[in-house]
Amino acid sequence: MANFDQELDASGLNCPLPILRAKKALGGMSAGQVLHIIATDPGAVKDFEAFAKQTGNELTESHEEGGKFYFFMKKG
Amino acid sequence: MAEKKLAIIATKGSFDWAYPPFILASTAAALGYEVQIFCTFYGLQLLRKKMDLKVTSIGNPGMPMPMPMPVLVQALPGMQSMMTMMMKQKMKSKGVASLEELRELCLEAEVKLIACQMTVDLFEFSSDDFLDGIEYGGAATFFEFAGESDICLFI
Repeated sequence: MANFDQELDASGLNCPLPILRAKKALGGMSAGQVLHIIATDPGAVKDFEAFAKQTGNELTESHEEGGKFYFFMKKG
Repeated sequence: MAEKKLAIIATKGSFDWAYPPFILASTAAALGYEVQIFCTFYGLQLLRKKMDLKVTSIGNPGMPMPMPMPVLVQALPGMQSMMTMMMKQKMKSKGVASLEELRELCLEAEVKLIACQMTVDLFEFSSDDFLDGIEYGGAATFFEFAGESDICLFI
């Protein structure tokens, strides 16, 4: 598993909270740092792709395991 | 890239219909949009210091019900409060944010809230009823921002 600088557990939260919490977490990080996000909302998969595309942050990894979704977002 | 702009007109004052403006505004703000919500008519309820919004199934055949229920039964006293309570519980169990939380996130993200002055006067609201720091304006105020917006929604 990739390295990360900060972790955000958005399990149990529904749209748009995982995105909003991620945005907040990234706000406190510096460019190049990686945020690891855990979510259970299946909509988060497409939403984090769209979030990355529109904000200049890079989604370096996205995978599902045992009903949870894991994302690695590198701050742009 | 210049900042994109989202202009929303919020006209509905029921619990369920208060969600779209706040969800879209907070998400757009997180994506870097500058956002304004112009609240008019029943949408003014979104600006009240204490939001006390209700959901109703009356006139809304699309609302999923836990059990089939004749319309006249849905109209009985107390049903609206009960449905609102059930909806809130369901949302909580599904991890959906509360309206208060979403509105707070909007304010944190500097979403600009505007109360339609004409309808404030019409319903005899006073600025004490509403959140501090909101703006008051008319149709022309709305167009000043909406005219330059990339997305404009009427909700």
